[in-house]
Amino acid sequence: MNFDYLVLGAGLNSEFVNLGDVLATLVIFIILMLLLKKFAWGPLMGIMQQREELVASEIDAAETARKEAAQALEEQKALLKEARTEAQLIIESAKKQAEVQRNEIVEAAREEATRLKESAIREIETEKEKAIAALRDEVVSLSVLAASKVLEKEISEEDNSALIKETIAKAGEAK
Amino acid sequence: MEHGAPTWTLELGSIPITFNLSTVLMLLITATIVFLIAFISTRNLKLKPTGMQNFMEWVMDFVKGIIKSNMDWKTGGRFHVLGITLIMFIAVANLLGLPFSGIYIYGDLWWKSPTADPVVTLTLASMVTVLATYYGIKLRGTGHYVKTFFQPMSFLFPLKLIEEFANTLTLGLRLYCNIYAGEILLGLLAVLAGGSVLGFVGAIIPTMAWLAFSIFIGFIQAFIFTMLTMVYLSHKVSDDH
Repeated sequence: MNFDYLVLGAGLNSEFVNLGDVLATLVIFIILMLLLKKFAWGPLMGIMQQREELVASEIDAAETARKEAAQALEEQKALLKEARTEAQLIIESAKKQAEVQRNEIVEAAREEATRLKESAIREIETEKEKAIAALRDEVVSLSVLAASKVLEKEISEEDNSALIKETIAKAGEAK
Repeated sequence: MEHGAPTWTLELGSIPITFNLSTVLMLLITATIVFLIAFISTRNLKLKPTGMQNFMEWVMDFVKGIIKSNMDWKTGGRFHVLGITLIMFIAVANLLGLPFSGIYIYGDLWWKSPTADPVVTLTLASMVTVLATYYGIKLRGTGHYVKTFFQPMSFLFPLKLIEEFANTLTLGLRLYCNIYAGEILLGLLAVLAGGSVLGFVGAIIPTMAWLAFSIFIGFIQAFIFTMLTMVYLSHKVSDDH
């Protein structure tokens, strides 16, 4: 076995330390590293960075959306409450108005009824008076007729009539 | 098991720069495979990941976890790319030696794990140490860097100095030894299987077991190397050390 191969540090001029290999290793490794950085690791790191940013921004967006949704919900709740209150108000005012209107109608009806009753009473009164007057006239002429029959005395009908009317009026007042 | 290595030497002045062509070839193959895996799996990137993108993202998160267990992400984020590249590169490098376990051309070993070469692993380990020193000084200042050698007690300075080299050595050699040993045993089993019919039958089960174990070791060593890299970096870079 060639143990010379294992001898280290035998000097630069030794055939066992291959200076060329050292150079080759370094050059090849460094070139490989640079090439990989340019063509493989760089883009890969970029995409991983991009993904990290994407995830972060997505989380932020989700958080914002959640907050917005909560805010919108609050707003909707407030709106609903407002609408409910408003509806309540409208109903109440309508009720009040209806009450007023009802009272008005009832009042008007009552007034109308009263008015009708009064006019009817007045009419009845007039009719009654008319009837009394007619009756009176009739009684006067009948009395005149009866008196003229009784007295059989010719006196002017007008004088008698005035006399009797007077008598009846007195009688009426006396009653 | 005696084998040579295909070498090619570039004379640069008085310093001979020797290339082990097999190592260079395997490094290139490893880098190509890693690049193709990463490149293909990061086409058509989607916010909702599918298929290979999931796998690559898992690897990234895995390395991120390793870094985060050692230092805070603000400091450690800059080592993310290094960590992912290291773990992918070493894992692929460790596994590469398994399928063919040694291809010899004119007595030279061509196909092996690049991490079964101590020069490669020690280079990576040295790179980590240099990076740790660089970032330690850059982020914490020279004064703080020097002070770490005298803490918690100043008489521990020699130990601290040794630790610096020991860390580098152990980091590189741990990886190398695990993979090299795995390939040696795999080579022995291959020799046994190639020797006779009886040997072939007898070698089937141990080879399968050892391959499975080597795959496991390959991933574990990649993880350990990355983990220790981050530990050493955090020692130099973090506030509490």
